[in-house]
Amino acid sequence: MATELKLKELSKKPDIFCHGHRMCSGCGAPTVVKMVLLATEYPVVISNATGCLEVSSCIQDLTAWKTPWIHSAFENAAATIAGVETMYKSLLKRVKMPENVKFIAFGGDGGTYDIGFQSLSGAMERWHDMLYICYDNGAYMNTGIQRSSATPLGADTTTSPAGSAIPGKLQPRKDLTKIMAAHGIPYAAQASPSHWMDLMKKVRKAHEIKGPKFMNIIAPCNRGWRSQTDDSILLSRLAVETCYWPLYEVEDGKVKVTVKPKEKKPVAEFMKPQGRFKHLFAPGNEALLERVQQEIDKNWERLLKEDAAE
Amino acid sequence: MGKIAAVTGNEAVANALRQANPDVCSLYPITPQTDIVQRFASYVSNGQVDTELINAESEHSSMSAAIGASAAGGRVVTATSSQGLALMWEMLHIASATNLPIIMPLVNRALSAPLNIHGDHSDGMGARDTGWIQLWSENAQEAYDNTVQAFRIGEHKDLRLPVMVCMDGFIISHSIERIEYLEDKQVKDFIGEFVNVNPLLDLEHPKSYGPLILTDLYMEFKRLQHEIMGRVKKVVLDVAEDFYKLSGRRYGLFESYRLEDAEIGMVVLNSAAGTSKDVVDAFRDKGIRAGLLKPRLFRPFPYTEIADALKHLKAVCVMDRADSYGGYGPMFMEISSALYQVTGNGSGVAKPKLINKIYGLGGRDYMPEQAEQVFTELDAIAKGAPVKLVKDYIGVRE
Repeated sequence: MATELKLKELSKKPDIFCHGHRMCSGCGAPTVVKMVLLATEYPVVISNATGCLEVSSCIQDLTAWKTPWIHSAFENAAATIAGVETMYKSLLKRVKMPENVKFIAFGGDGGTYDIGFQSLSGAMERWHDMLYICYDNGAYMNTGIQRSSATPLGADTTTSPAGSAIPGKLQPRKDLTKIMAAHGIPYAAQASPSHWMDLMKKVRKAHEIKGPKFMNIIAPCNRGWRSQTDDSILLSRLAVETCYWPLYEVEDGKVKVTVKPKEKKPVAEFMKPQGRFKHLFAPGNEALLERVQQEIDKNWERLLKEDAAE
Repeated sequence: MGKIAAVTGNEAVANALRQANPDVCSLYPITPQTDIVQRFASYVSNGQVDTELINAESEHSSMSAAIGASAAGGRVVTATSSQGLALMWEMLHIASATNLPIIMPLVNRALSAPLNIHGDHSDGMGARDTGWIQLWSENAQEAYDNTVQAFRIGEHKDLRLPVMVCMDGFIISHSIERIEYLEDKQVKDFIGEFVNVNPLLDLEHPKSYGPLILTDLYMEFKRLQHEIMGRVKKVVLDVAEDFYKLSGRRYGLFESYRLEDAEIGMVVLNSAAGTSKDVVDAFRDKGIRAGLLKPRLFRPFPYTEIADALKHLKAVCVMDRADSYGGYGPMFMEISSALYQVTGNGSGVAKPKLINKIYGLGGRDYMPEQAEQVFTELDAIAKGAPVKLVKDYIGVRE
């Protein structure tokens, strides 16, 4: 019997990603991981791409993982867990093992959108029974805030710095969730830790589906976003309410927006508390700020149409 | 006695993998290895093995999946060549440092650029520092025998290391030779059941694989890898002894051919050793005491044993089918180092004079005439002629 999605009940569940890890205070990623694992009611094996989460959670003989966990390199969390899952499938034929073991890969946006993209695409196409979770903080935060293909338009990063000639990143972000859905996998979704119930329901739904699943979860990084350490949930909520980060799922090709903001806020509300967008509010950059809003509006309207079409 | 068959090196090796019946095989096609994995895929499709196949989207993912599968707990194989091995390079280090006994035939092929699909040893030599055990094979029989033995070696409780079994692309992988198979049951009994050590899939005892280890213990970790490598020679010899009892075929750390009373000698890997042995015989017929040493275990390198086998010679040529531009050939460096420890360092033992020939790159034919040229030069050096050029190329157009 699955634990009810009530805070009182969930708080009684022992953590399998436990205290002692060394993630920065205010980081969104460990919150995302805890929510994913709290929602998981099965034995679980995890693979982890090199990145903040990995370097901070298993150091020498100390580990924060109370469940089997493997890290091998940066670009291959999907291929690595695919190997684990395949061995499980092979052993099930001849060895007595627990049934319904779940396989989860965690990667940041650098390890997922960029260097790990091929490995992820391959694993999804091979139909491994796994859930890939990207915690998206919009840059290579572990190495010091470098631009990734998940970095939003206009953001200041250390490799797309906002300077006197170039105002930060000039390209919009790659829409990875859509790209993963286009693989024809049975389940792809976007979630946010601000909407924990929605996030956990999606994880639970994913676990009940055989085959490859992908979830993209926004995970604010106060170091890279240049924001307050206690604003992680606030900012992930604003990301949803401004439709910068729409909450939706694509199940068997059907698009469903799972949270529709009552009132769509201007994206400036999400951007203003973040130092990485500070230059966009300076005189002379109005056009770029306007373009950011237009991109968001266009994507949101397209998503609503896809949702309505079903 | 097992079945005698006329098969290619690839077919022989594919059959060794079939007989080992691995739990998982990850694969990616690359010439000239492709034939191994496509044969293996047919064994899977026809139910001749219990293996689950992973058709990876690159060699990097193929090795990554092999690592995941091996850490999960079970017998894992893959195979590659050339650019494929180069793409795996990062993961090769991780497989060995994680003590995962993955078995991988490497069908030796040149590296780009220029693109060339034919045999040389650039790929394997480039992987010599990855922490893998390397066994090199002269012909299809040796490739088969080494593959069978590789499982026992890599999976040995004192080692738990990945093993690369090397054979020459096309020359061996695609040529049909007579080989003697072991029976399926003989191989099964010889290799034994796979024994897990700390499998990730032991859900009741969760393990974390792949920690971050910084300045305080990284170096100790690396030294431990070297220490484990130090145990390999004994295991290789023990396994070879058991294999001899089973097959009647003897293997050591290297093969000596007419070397004991020789004055001049050639050190050469893989298929070129076969051609060279004929030339050794021809020189012996002429009254010139020629001999040959063919390394089998290249990593770890048996420095002392090889130096002992060569130290009495007057002149030695080390043949390299791989190059280090601006340096000596990779095997020459090993042989020089090995001999210096025995004959240098004030030991008073006379040193053999050493020369290095680069041959056969990108599948350039290695002909008996080239071996004759080498032995003629060695004979002259042994008789007092000066060494004109330590490193030189043979069989190259001027």
